[in-house]
Order: sequence, then structure tokens, then C-alpha cells
Amino acid sequence: MPEILDQARTQVLGDGVGLDQAGILAVLNLPDEHLPAALQLAHDVRMRWCGPEVEVEGIVSLKTGGCPEDCHFCSQSGLFTSPVRSVWLDIPSLVEAAKQTAKTGATEFCIVAAVRGPDARLMKQMREGVAAIRAEVDIQVAASLGMLSQEQVDDLVDMGVHRYNHNLETCRSYFPNVVTTHSWEERWETLRMVRDSGMEVCCGGILGLGETVEQRAEFAAQLAELNPHEVPLNFLNPRPGTPLGDRPVVEGKDALRAIAAFRLAMPRTILRYAGGREITLGDLGTRDGLLGGINAVIVGNYLTTLGRPATADLDLLDELKMPVKALSATL
Amino acid sequence: MTTMTTTELWCDRCGEPATAGTAHPGCVSARQLEPPRFCQRCRRRMKVQVLPVGWSAVCVEHGEIRG
Repeated sequence: MPEILDQARTQVLGDGVGLDQAGILAVLNLPDEHLPAALQLAHDVRMRWCGPEVEVEGIVSLKTGGCPEDCHFCSQSGLFTSPVRSVWLDIPSLVEAAKQTAKTGATEFCIVAAVRGPDARLMKQMREGVAAIRAEVDIQVAASLGMLSQEQVDDLVDMGVHRYNHNLETCRSYFPNVVTTHSWEERWETLRMVRDSGMEVCCGGILGLGETVEQRAEFAAQLAELNPHEVPLNFLNPRPGTPLGDRPVVEGKDALRAIAAFRLAMPRTILRYAGGREITLGDLGTRDGLLGGINAVIVGNYLTTLGRPATADLDLLDELKMPVKALSATL
Repeated sequence: MTTMTTTELWCDRCGEPATAGTAHPGCVSARQLEPPRFCQRCRRRMKVQVLPVGWSAVCVEHGEIRG
């Protein structure tokens, strides 16, 4: 057994204290023959500190495309030659999407907009949309609207948005290679305001942007410092027309190593499968991740791409005897 | 799901010509996990809304398709 896994067994599994950056890097550098042991340990950590429940979420794009920012992975930037066009979702369709999500057993419904930050029109749409959902659908509403002012944070709390997603995307040292229209620190400031407001913080990122393994460890350590309620873990799905459109996808074993490492860095967080798992891990890898530290999934489609049918994930959870977290458990 | 056929004029993923019998294998494969982006009949970029279950794509000239 590698020394780092012995250390993690005592420190993380035993005491609930996450690995530091050096420890995370050691896990990310484990040779293939030790990957099953790392995944098993990460699973044990998840079961001890989070339990067997899996949080299921659906997401929808309220405002797609035409974003002024230049996040190099994103097909919704208006600065690239991506074929994604700008489109707004109307309120009845938003409510219907929430209903469809709730039918899967999901307890979370995240409303997302491709913007630098919300303007008055978007905040009005949010207020009307969240009110309509809360009136008709039993589901928790989360939001992801870019960078916020304090007034907007307060407005979202007032609407009843219980969790706010704002991904740091990658580590601080690599961020300028991925985004140039705003800074990592600006994102951190929004996260600080969200945390102080009492909303739950959802913050993760994307692996495979060209970061080194060391930077991947740096990212996990920075997320652990933030201590978010939820960490969505995406794997780059290279989008045509974006600056990262020709990058290779993350190799499956590297993705699984990252899942184990992120869990061992953050034993209590909700670690969610997000975009890109279908092409990075496939069906078999998806299963391995759920048995290696993941305890939440996005079901159904993503914002501009399609996911597995929700039933495929729900059947897998049933087979693995991992109950879907009930709505009552989130209130 | 709507998939590209070899009788369409344009590839609905990349917008390049889809000459009969030469459907783009990479695009056909990618479309398993993507909605269409280009109208197969006129090559216009469509307004696409992805939903948790399904998607819709609207060409200003040829109307809406759903998947």
C-alpha cells in the first residue's frame, strides 16, 4: 500500500481531515496498479462522512450563448466561432423543465445563464421563474448566473434560491490561460458574498483544460480551502469553435484518480459528476467513479450538450444500492 | 433523436456539405451527445434550447425540430 493511502486512511477516513496539496498530488501520481485501492478508500471516506445517499440534480439554461466572457472551454462565448446561438427560455418552459427534473427524483434544479453577471432583465426573469417553480414543483432551486453584486446576492436569497454555483474552473495559477476577461479573484469575491449570505456554495471546475497534474492538485487544495457545500467535477468536452476545441479528452484513469484525490481532499463535500463524464469515462467509468468518491450526479442533459438518459443513471444507482437523497433530507 | 441522413444537403453538426453517401462519421458519432446546430436544408445556424429532457432547434426558414 503506498504511503499516501496509509496516511489518508488515518487522516481522512479516520479523522475526517482532507489531504493537503502535497497529499493530493501524491494521489494524482499514483501508478495504475494502486488506482483501485485509492478509489476504494475514497469510497469508504464518502460512505463514512457523507453516507450512501446520492444527490440528483437537473440543470437548465435560462439564457444560452452570446456571453461576453472568453472562457476558452465554453461554446457559449460570443467571442468564438462556436455554432451556439443566443436564446432565452420562457417561464412556462422553465417550469416544465423543473417538473421533468422532479419526476426523475431529483431534489435540485439549477437555473444557469451564460452571462458575465446578471442584468436587470435576467434578475426579473429569475424572480418570476423561481416563484413559478416554487409554486408548482417540489424541488430545491439553485442558480448559476456569473459574478454577482451584493444586492444581487441578497435578491437571490430573497427569491428562495438555496444554493449558488460559481465555478473557479481551474487553479489560480492556470486561470489566466483559460479566461482573460475576468480574474480568478473576481470569482472568489462572488463566492465569498454567497457564503456570507447563507446560501450554499457550489464551486467546482473542469479538468483537462491543459493544466498540469501539479495544477490539478493546486485546484483541489484551493477548493478545499473554500470548503464548498458542493463541488461539481467536469471533464473537458472539447467544443467546436472554442480555443480548447482540439484538446484531447482526459484519459479515463486520470479522471478516476482525480475523483479519488478530490474526495480525499474534501471528505464531507457533495462531489458531483457534471459534464464530460460520458466521453471521458463511459458507462464503466461512471460506475467506477460512483464507487470511488462521487456522491451526486447531474441527470439528463447539460446546457448545450446531451447526457445519458436519467433512467440509465437511476438504474445504476439502484443497482449499486445507493439511494437517491430525498427532498425532505435537503430541507 | 434526429440524426443526419445522407440525403440532406448540410451536416447538422458542422454545417459542411453532406453529400449523399458521405455523412461525416465524426459528426454522426458526436451527435449522439449533441443537439443539431445547423439546418440540414439551408445551413442556417439554428436557435437551440437544450432541456433536461430533450431539445428543440429552430431554423428561421424551415421551422422547429425536436429531439
